Amino acid sequence: MQIDAQGLDFETLNRKIKETAGGAVSVSNLLGQRYIGSGVRNKKLTLSGIPGNALGAYLHTCEIVVHGNVQDAVGDTMNDGRIVVHGNAGDALGYAMRGGEIFIRGNVGYRAGIHMKAYGDVVPKIVIGGNAGDFLGEYQAGGVIVVLGGQIGHFTATGMHGGKIYVRGEKAPADLPPQVSVTEHADVAEIAPLIETFGKLFSVDVATLLTDRYFLLTPSQANPYHALYCNRSL
Amino acid sequence: MIDYEYPEYEVVRDERRCTVCRLCEKQCAFSVHGFADGRMTADPAQCVNCHRCVAVCPTHALKIVKSDHCFKPSVNFTADLMHDVYAQAATGGVLLSSMGTPKNYPVYFDKLLVNASQVTNPPIDPLREPMEIRTFLGAKSETIGYDEAGKICVERKPTLTLDTPILFSAMSYGSISKNAHEALARAAAELGTFYNTGEGGLHQDFYRFKDNTIVQVASGRFGVHADYLEAGTAIEIKIGQGAKPGIGGHLPGAKIGEDVSKTRMIPRGTDAISPAPHHDIYSIEDLRQLVYSLKEATDYKKPIIVKIAAVHNIAAIASGIARSGADIIAIDGMRGGTGAAPTRIRDNVGIPIELALAAVDSRLREEGIRNRCSLVVGGSIRSSADVVKALALGADACYIGTAALLALGCHLCRSCHTGKCNWGIATQNPELVKRLDPAEGARRLVNLVTAWNREIKEMMGGMGINSIEALKGNRLMLRAIGVTEKELEILGVKHAGE
Repeated sequence: MQIDAQGLDFETLNRKIKETAGGAVSVSNLLGQRYIGSGVRNKKLTLSGIPGNALGAYLHTCEIVVHGNVQDAVGDTMNDGRIVVHGNAGDALGYAMRGGEIFIRGNVGYRAGIHMKAYGDVVPKIVIGGNAGDFLGEYQAGGVIVVLGGQIGHFTATGMHGGKIYVRGEKAPADLPPQVSVTEHADVAEIAPLIETFGKLFSVDVATLLTDRYFLLTPSQANPYHALYCNRSL
Repeated sequence: MIDYEYPEYEVVRDERRCTVCRLCEKQCAFSVHGFADGRMTADPAQCVNCHRCVAVCPTHALKIVKSDHCFKPSVNFTADLMHDVYAQAATGGVLLSSMGTPKNYPVYFDKLLVNASQVTNPPIDPLREPMEIRTFLGAKSETIGYDEAGKICVERKPTLTLDTPILFSAMSYGSISKNAHEALARAAAELGTFYNTGEGGLHQDFYRFKDNTIVQVASGRFGVHADYLEAGTAIEIKIGQGAKPGIGGHLPGAKIGEDVSKTRMIPRGTDAISPAPHHDIYSIEDLRQLVYSLKEATDYKKPIIVKIAAVHNIAAIASGIARSGADIIAIDGMRGGTGAAPTRIRDNVGIPIELALAAVDSRLREEGIRNRCSLVVGGSIRSSADVVKALALGADACYIGTAALLALGCHLCRSCHTGKCNWGIATQNPELVKRLDPAEGARRLVNLVTAWNREIKEMMGGMGINSIEALKGNRLMLRAIGVTEKELEILGVKHAGE
């Protein structure tokens, strides 16, 4: 099923998508329409043009493929499914993500993967083909973030208290907050399937990506704020 | 090292009555009571004055009294402040407290008097006459038209229907126990009102209370997913809390057991961190984005509540929220409770709910947008009289938190942040949690709200009002006593005698 998004406001467009029978929906000529995929279940959405903010918010049982760039708050509080972007992403990608996978071919803006969570074997994953902006993985409580481009911004992993961030590169990231531990020669085995999927999705040769060096960032303590307080009843 | 502090309370045991049954020792999670050489002992330094031992003592042999030991009295550097300084000098820590501020700020509810009819407008007897307190919350319809067949079409907005103007305010699973949550949920169902999950997600066992649940989405987004959003009749975006405006929350790792870990999706034993801001909200436009992403996710079927703390520019902020697409604005005053907050924030930040409510209601009316949002207020609604006064000041309904916890057995010892609540409310320790029977708790909550409903009807009847709609925003039913001209202006009421 094909929908031409030209001239449609987000409410009309999203209703059309939800009302479309069958699992596969293609939407063309997107121009900033927000909230696509929010509240949609059991569909595969293929999008061209520029979808607006909050693409795939609370995403559940859906796959979204975007042939183009995406804006802010993509995959906000995403629960499961997959978002694949053949381009760059804006700020706050995968905010508080709880499950599923996001693959971005290019770069991501500020605050990617902040507040990601995980429980048991439900582990959300973000793979960034390019570089990441400031505050990557801020307050991260779970999940896996992989930065293949190797460049990360300032204040990465501030307040991190769970999960993992893999950064490809020869030099350890500088300026990390004190509560983050860095493993210099990280075992790539855990992220190898993600890198291979990245290669397949974007038709990229990942041979060197699989053999390159990665730094692993993990929190060094589970209770970063414990020492902050004086416990007494008042 | 010398401890500079002295115990604030004394444990007084009547040795003639004490049978050395050791129940107090078993019941005290703070390890105040002990047993040595055939008699009971006590370490008053650990006592938080929660009254558990007093309440369970079968021979009434115990009482807790405030120690009359004192520093040299000063009205400037009080004993409380000296204790604070000693504690911080010893630990280097931020002072932490729980529940609402005990400080002596004006309680405007106590300076407002309710009207009653005499002679010219007869009072109504609620025992004989129907008295409508059913409450509707949400945006009001703005358009009315006709369809092709000439039938009237009214724009229907998602609305909450309550059998009382009282709701239970947000308290997260994590900050309070599962049994406390269950008691609130069961009571809300029986009363025809709503309880609020707070920001900790929703335990699987409670999805069955859907028709009486408000689910909360806060900055940490704990437990938020598609089914959770569907598990409530309304969705509340938490921006702020009256007891701690401008800051987030840290649920200590000690309160994150297996169930809380699963519900929040964070590792067991790690701190659950709700940052101060939503990191995707920096403007009313950004708030609108979150409001509409939630509406899209739930097909515009649920009203969206935006909860904010009462702060200085509350009227302008509320005006922005009303324009963001929110259906209900919840305002939490500075005297509101909390499971943990930095003491200095709790005791010094924000403004009282009465002033905030009056200012917001006035502003929304002036701007002609009062119909876009309902107002729900909390932050120390202590009695049915407070509810009546809040409604007359312009609220559509009231959130109660502290009063609900008191009904469950809370004794306001303000030690929730320790996680050792002896009443099974603000704890995740299974041994303590099982002290709170959800069925009994629900019964006491139902009793409380039923009693308040009766009192509200009595007061309405006295005013000659038989529908709660006629009370809302009816400030002529209020007179103030002992306040300044400026306070009268903000409250929008006349002085008693006028």
